[in-house]
Amino acid sequence: MGTRRVELATAAAAAMCLVLASHLRLVSGLCARSVLGASSVGSSRHAVASRQRHTLRMGAAASTGGKRKRGKANPEMDAVLEKYEPVIGIEIHVQLATESKAYCRCSTTYSPLTPNTNICPVCMGEPGSLPVPNDKVVEIAAKAGMALGCSIAQETKWDRKNYFYPDTPKNYQITQYDRPIGEHGRILLPNGREVGVTRIHMEEDSAKMNHQGAGTSLAGSTHSLIDFNRAGIPLAEIVSEPDMRSGLDAAEYGKELQRILRYIGASDGNMAEGSLRLDVNVSLRPKGSSELRTKVELKNLNSFRAVQESTDYEIIRQGKCYETGETIRQETRLWDEKEKVTKIMRVKEGESDYRYFPEPDIPPLRLPRAVIDGWRAELCELPAEKRARYRSEYKLSEADAETITDDQTVAAYFEAAIAAGADPSEAAKWILGDIAAYVNKAAVAITDIGLTPPLLAEMVTLIQGGRITGKIAKELLPELLEGGCEGGVAAVVKERGMEVITDVTVIEGVVREVMEKNADKVEQYRGGKAQLAGFFVGQSMALSGSRADPGTLQRVVKAMLDGTQ
Amino acid sequence: MSTKAALSPSPLSDAVRAVKSGQRSAESLVQESLDRIAAADGKVAAYLSVQGEAALEAARVIDNAVAAGDAATLAKPLLGLPVAVKDNLCTQGVPTTAASKILEGYVPSYDATAVRKLREAGAIIVGKVNMDEFAMGSTTETSAYKVTRNPRNLGHAPGGSSGGSAAAVASGTVLGALGTDTGGSIRQPAAWCGVVGIKPTYGRVSRSGLIAYASSLDCVGPIATCVADAAALLAAIAGPDAASDATAAEPAPLPDFGAVLRGVDAALEGGAGGGRGRPLEGLRVGLISEALTAGGVAPEVAAAARAAADALAALGARIADVSLPRLPQQCAAYYVNALSEASANLARFDGVRYGARARDAASARASLLRTRHDGFGAEVRQRILLGTFSLSAGYADAYYARAQAVRAGLRTDFARAFAGADVLLCPTAPTTAYRLGDFEAKGVASYADDLFTVPASLAGLPALSLPCGVDAAGLPIGVQLIGGAWQEEALVRAAYAYERSTDWRARLPPGLQS
Repeated sequence: MGTRRVELATAAAAAMCLVLASHLRLVSGLCARSVLGASSVGSSRHAVASRQRHTLRMGAAASTGGKRKRGKANPEMDAVLEKYEPVIGIEIHVQLATESKAYCRCSTTYSPLTPNTNICPVCMGEPGSLPVPNDKVVEIAAKAGMALGCSIAQETKWDRKNYFYPDTPKNYQITQYDRPIGEHGRILLPNGREVGVTRIHMEEDSAKMNHQGAGTSLAGSTHSLIDFNRAGIPLAEIVSEPDMRSGLDAAEYGKELQRILRYIGASDGNMAEGSLRLDVNVSLRPKGSSELRTKVELKNLNSFRAVQESTDYEIIRQGKCYETGETIRQETRLWDEKEKVTKIMRVKEGESDYRYFPEPDIPPLRLPRAVIDGWRAELCELPAEKRARYRSEYKLSEADAETITDDQTVAAYFEAAIAAGADPSEAAKWILGDIAAYVNKAAVAITDIGLTPPLLAEMVTLIQGGRITGKIAKELLPELLEGGCEGGVAAVVKERGMEVITDVTVIEGVVREVMEKNADKVEQYRGGKAQLAGFFVGQSMALSGSRADPGTLQRVVKAMLDGTQ
Repeated sequence: MSTKAALSPSPLSDAVRAVKSGQRSAESLVQESLDRIAAADGKVAAYLSVQGEAALEAARVIDNAVAAGDAATLAKPLLGLPVAVKDNLCTQGVPTTAASKILEGYVPSYDATAVRKLREAGAIIVGKVNMDEFAMGSTTETSAYKVTRNPRNLGHAPGGSSGGSAAAVASGTVLGALGTDTGGSIRQPAAWCGVVGIKPTYGRVSRSGLIAYASSLDCVGPIATCVADAAALLAAIAGPDAASDATAAEPAPLPDFGAVLRGVDAALEGGAGGGRGRPLEGLRVGLISEALTAGGVAPEVAAAARAAADALAALGARIADVSLPRLPQQCAAYYVNALSEASANLARFDGVRYGARARDAASARASLLRTRHDGFGAEVRQRILLGTFSLSAGYADAYYARAQAVRAGLRTDFARAFAGADVLLCPTAPTTAYRLGDFEAKGVASYADDLFTVPASLAGLPALSLPCGVDAAGLPIGVQLIGGAWQEEALVRAAYAYERSTDWRARLPPGLQS
């Protein structure tokens, strides 16, 4: 199964101008490109967003990994949870990381500023055009299914889901109905909760509608522009079992899925660009009951924080509804990020009839056992496995293991440092501390910093071997991070005379100097102010240029102050 | 009336040979075709558009290359051949309407694969021909643009949905045309116009660029004045198309039809004592017994089909009755299947991206509804509604799922029939050409007249129709041969031997009958 090549849209198709006016006036000469360029759509978020994914969550403090419970008390939530159990399931749409679209060869490059340039007869639904499935989509979706613990279908097929909407070029979506690529999976969240994965199936994205004349909202807009660059982008839809019980669970599930998909290269999981979209279904039931009650679907969740907050909001809202006798309707609600509330978008009246039937343009696909096994063999170590190994093999704390494994490149950096001889807990300490601070501040990827894993290993080994002090290391670090000290940490330390001083005589000389300058404080110490010992240690350390061996220094200071030496 | 001895076995080959040898220019061939269109089409109305200038220009390019001795040009099997293309096949830069108002003004950005292959083979497209709107109909009368008449009798329909293709060939304006066949749309008009049509095995010819009616049934195929020419056109357009059509395939490539036909010729001439030989020795032909006794089959048609079987027997074939017991169910299964798919296939015509769009609608939704209501003709609207119904929750099991089951059962029946036969034979259509207006008068009752053509469509099998008689009114009768999957060779061999040894082709020469 080969990768399909990206092929640019035909010039004719690219030149097409797509304007759907509610007055149905084709605005002549109005090119979607120029109109969109001037609108708020597209914005500058793309440039920023794409950098975000390498951000290293600093230590446990910034992650949910450290504190499992919500920090501040929430009496409203407590009141609801006393009587009700939240039941939460999540549907995720994730863009699969292919170069070309699901059923044609157009580029998948995110390009909102140049609408209708990555298009061809297929993704425009031109008459006579036919979908040809991208083999790479099948491979990635199958691997994602495996990583989510799903069993992979040996025969899978595509179906048409029929509905009319201007963003759907064929007015049906090619998706999978009764034979999805993967089913019956399960993932383990860092907080220990297991969540069932009902199914994963392949489908195609719709075009992007940009409503005009009323901000970006549909209500009140005069017309809409349609950008078909997104039409036909390959997606996987991943449906969970209703196994989650809190907003935190929901956010953790989303994060874990994002990690897994990034680990196996299935998706960049970028929420800001819409590569990862979560819809959360929330319902409540009386504690101890196993019924499934009317659920509400939450949309417009653009961050995991939004997932957590909106879910918790919805739990409380529904709890209040039950208490006041208000009916919960099956509806879709949008999260308002500013007001921190969910707002009704539409009420679902009965099930839509999508008239699914097998896609006659794509024959069913048989996946031989050998192909599936080959893909399975290509899977990397998954986040949960890595976390467990870091804890058992490297004795990292749960929180540290979660933070380091959060980004595969960081984990790889960590493992490379260990391979180069670094002590795991020391390496972890530096990565989660100074290195994380630097990476986040400079907004660079850990793979791009000057302090390579072997250099970190060397530095850590020098500290542990007592050759340099931690303070010296901290002094050297900015230079190391920026790519100085190419000859190695030891060479620089030696060249600059930064090695630790362990010679007692030298240290005694330093301490003596400090004592002589601070005779009054010596008197006070000897008069009973024992806490002044710290002052002498600090001053002596500074005078030694941070090079004095801390243990030796402390001993010497104590002995000299006490006059035992 | 000309005699069969005077008929070339392949006017197409003669024309191409003349161009290659410099004996005739491609330009003169095209000009002749354009002249004939000018003379005949005022009455026949087969063409929706004629690309005269572009065709002449393409011909001149070919003539220059021939004059320069360009080897690549001289290797092209259809060099300089004027052809017509059904208007549901996309032609880059040339309006393509599927005979629907909803595609008025639509100009495709690409060529259908079959069209591209025709061009690559050296053929020159002179025009786009009429059809039933979106291929939904069997007389070409559902076209939103014009009524095409049967060149054999202008008071009658040419058949459909590829009525324009068959009429263009039968009226002598081109030697060959592309048609499409979903449930008989090549074979039935070929039969009614007295020409030859081949519906290849499903997947033999790429559907890319064919405006879909029913994706699991649609086939592109040739219509020509004789078997050899139809085979030559089929050879040019066949082949897998992995980049553009996931359902196109070629588990068994087509044979060299030239060699097959020469073999038949040799056997015909090599008969003992100078008599006619037996080129079909060993060929097992199954006569579908239900087809000759089904209600609605005109006695003349049944008799002609039986006579055709006898003629094949005289050529060496062994004839035996075979049974397709579920034949009566096939039409219903076909329509449920085809219309279900059509309801989705035609959903894309919404006026958003191309084609006609209703004006002055107050909302996108209103625009969609009005565009589709105004853009589709009554027959198409009816079929979309029926198909939508067949797939709807609560009805899909009774209709769509049952149709699928019948279709699966049909494959079993065919497998049994082909265990004892290489080729199956039955009439192409139960009657000769309808009078104009009959289709509308009959309403859905006309669907039942697809009885003989839909089985091969549902099973994806190749089938060929060729003239085997005329009725009392002088209208042509066609006989259908159905082959096993990928076995077009047997059809062509049997049909060619039959055509060479009977005089129906001579009695039905192309051109307007006065």
